[in-house]
Amino acid sequence: MSHFDRIVVGAHYGLKDWLAQRITAVVMALYSMFMGAALLSGVHGQDGWRALMSHGFVRFFTFLFIVSLCWHAWIGVRDIWMDYVKPAGIRLALHSLTAIALVGYAGWAIQVIWRL
Amino acid sequence: MTTRTLQFKIYRYDPDKDQKPYMQDISVEVDSTDRKLLDALVKLKAVDDAIAFRRSCREGVCGSDALNINGKNGLACLTDLSSFPEGKPIVLRPLPGLPVIRDLIVDMTQFFKQYHSIKPYLINNDPPPERERLQSPEDREELDGLYECILCACCSTSCPSFWWNPDKFVGPAGLLAAYRFIADTRDQATSERLDNLEDPYRLFRCHTIMNCVDVCPKGLNPTLAIGKIKAMMVKRAI
Repeated sequence: MSHFDRIVVGAHYGLKDWLAQRITAVVMALYSMFMGAALLSGVHGQDGWRALMSHGFVRFFTFLFIVSLCWHAWIGVRDIWMDYVKPAGIRLALHSLTAIALVGYAGWAIQVIWRL
Repeated sequence: MTTRTLQFKIYRYDPDKDQKPYMQDISVEVDSTDRKLLDALVKLKAVDDAIAFRRSCREGVCGSDALNINGKNGLACLTDLSSFPEGKPIVLRPLPGLPVIRDLIVDMTQFFKQYHSIKPYLINNDPPPERERLQSPEDREELDGLYECILCACCSTSCPSFWWNPDKFVGPAGLLAAYRFIADTRDQATSERLDNLEDPYRLFRCHTIMNCVDVCPKGLNPTLAIGKIKAMMVKRAI
């Protein structure tokens, strides 16, 4: 067995990600309840949504939601790659692509929402 | 004495003879003194003496006769024969996720490697006192539900996270043992122990699936112990 086959662990991270995943989940749950309440209170149509999104608080909250969603998804998708993709090179490429795609999506989504 | 016949479907694999594993249909007569699955297995050995399985204490202390029984991990010596539905064969397989040595015997090397990696012994650099290192009854109570683990591997081999990464994820049994020493007030290596586990694989592969809690024949709760380790890490970090 060459020394390249040694199994190495001890990256000394994980706690922050684990905690972040829980906190972002709470943000998303609160936002979902808020949006559910908005739907039930009769917001509909382009004008209705535009009026809702024009509130500073809603923009702030929506921004937080989108960032939380992407951060949460980053940890979850990365965990899937870590479980199922063993070659380090392919895994690094998938990690990078995931991160890049999520950052792009976050920027795009915020731009769409804030334009309203 | 009333006797009855039990039907079994047993995983058989002898790497010296068999191309690949197969399920063997076999039945055995048991009488009313045979209470546990292990009793039936011992009788089965008289029907087919080539069947290989581990057993030792036959009372749920040594942890050697862990099997996958009708799809769920458990100890043969603690499983009541009366718990099986009539007329359906009892399906026995080796513990999942570990290499099979023969029939129902698995290679536990990986499992014990993970156990050893958490340093399952008290680390205390103070000179030993004349009699013993004392604990208050409250401090001792914290070890209840932790020290009773018999290392049968039912939990770790029912854990999908352990199936995917047995070389990197410590697994529920190892993490329960890790918390047993983290929680011990006589141990002085708490910080090193937490450092040793702060890793995306070693600890944080646990996604609270809780199969470990579901199968533990001693009724222990590794998920709770893992949660306490995480809580200690959070407390340390903030």
